[in-house]
Amino acid sequence: MKKLWQLFYTFAIVGVTTFGGGYAMLPALQREVVEKRGWASEEELMDWYAIGQCTPGVIAVNTATFAGQKQAGTLGGIIATLGVVFPSLVIITVIAAFIQGFADIPAVQHAFAGIRACVCVLILNAVVKLWKKSVIDWKTGVVFAVVFLGSVFLRLSPVIYVIIAALAGILLKRLEVKA
Amino acid sequence: MILLRLFWEFFKTGMFSVGGGLATLPFIYDISDKTGWFTHQQIADMIAVAESTPGPIGIDMATYVGFTTAGVVGSLVATLGIITPDIIVILIIASFLKKFRESKLVDSAFYGLRPASAALIAAAGWSVVKISLIHLDAATIASVFQWKAIALAVVIWLLTNVVQQTKKWHPLAFIAISAVVGIVLQF
Repeated sequence: MKKLWQLFYTFAIVGVTTFGGGYAMLPALQREVVEKRGWASEEELMDWYAIGQCTPGVIAVNTATFAGQKQAGTLGGIIATLGVVFPSLVIITVIAAFIQGFADIPAVQHAFAGIRACVCVLILNAVVKLWKKSVIDWKTGVVFAVVFLGSVFLRLSPVIYVIIAALAGILLKRLEVKA
Repeated sequence: MILLRLFWEFFKTGMFSVGGGLATLPFIYDISDKTGWFTHQQIADMIAVAESTPGPIGIDMATYVGFTTAGVVGSLVATLGIITPDIIVILIIASFLKKFRESKLVDSAFYGLRPASAALIAAAGWSVVKISLIHLDAATIASVFQWKAIALAVVIWLLTNVVQQTKKWHPLAFIAISAVVGIVLQF
């Protein structure tokens, strides 16, 4: 019981000290999970992280599930994950409720119009970063172009693109080996 | 039955969004188009809040969408929806961790998945551009381009790409600057 509480509490701290997603979480994990608790080595953490990036879902959640599972089995994995999402649940719900009450004020609307311009840039920067790591030859360039144009002009579920892209990756690699 | 639908939509998001952070965005746009629970404009505001508050972005987005759709219970249901497939997948992988890491098949699937994930996020970004910088359905050509917003975006781009090289600014700083500019210049 004490272990489960520790898992919840530790991952709640990781959740509340992480701004943004993905990589932003690494320093908090290193501090709380590796240094303070000694629940994992630096290498293990990097392994979990690498797998978190290439499995479905939110990376923070994946890493929490791994760490919890290692400490206290399946229940541990679930508790650690609930811990990492707990701060978001509380903070976002409060803010969302607050903003709903103020959304009609002109100043708030102007502020969000400005913020939206900024969000465009933040997304662009994230895409450029991902592009550099993922578009590594002409074939991956074609995958990017097809998926981008497809999702701008056709109204298909992203699930379809994800499945097709995974199959295309397997096929392209196979052709590469043969050639 | 909105709660069941909410859980299912976010279950799919958790199952198929790969690459973390903003990878949930294309799914959230898809939910908006299919259900009409919230508008594209609301999504852009949610991104801003998710970027400037603690917590993983994917979880922040799920909580926010859930709250907008069905209140406090909605935020709980959406968040549980997005983490359920994650927990299942990781618990399975944890039992054969090494094999998974060294699998050629997994590696080649990700060769295709990574650029696709980047492209899906780029397309979601285009949706934000259409409500903030360029209004394609505007009545006159002159009002297609939102010049004030475009100028602000260029300045923020310069700040994030030049200043960030030397000093680590928090995304919150850029969002705060943009909010102030938006109020002062009456966007």
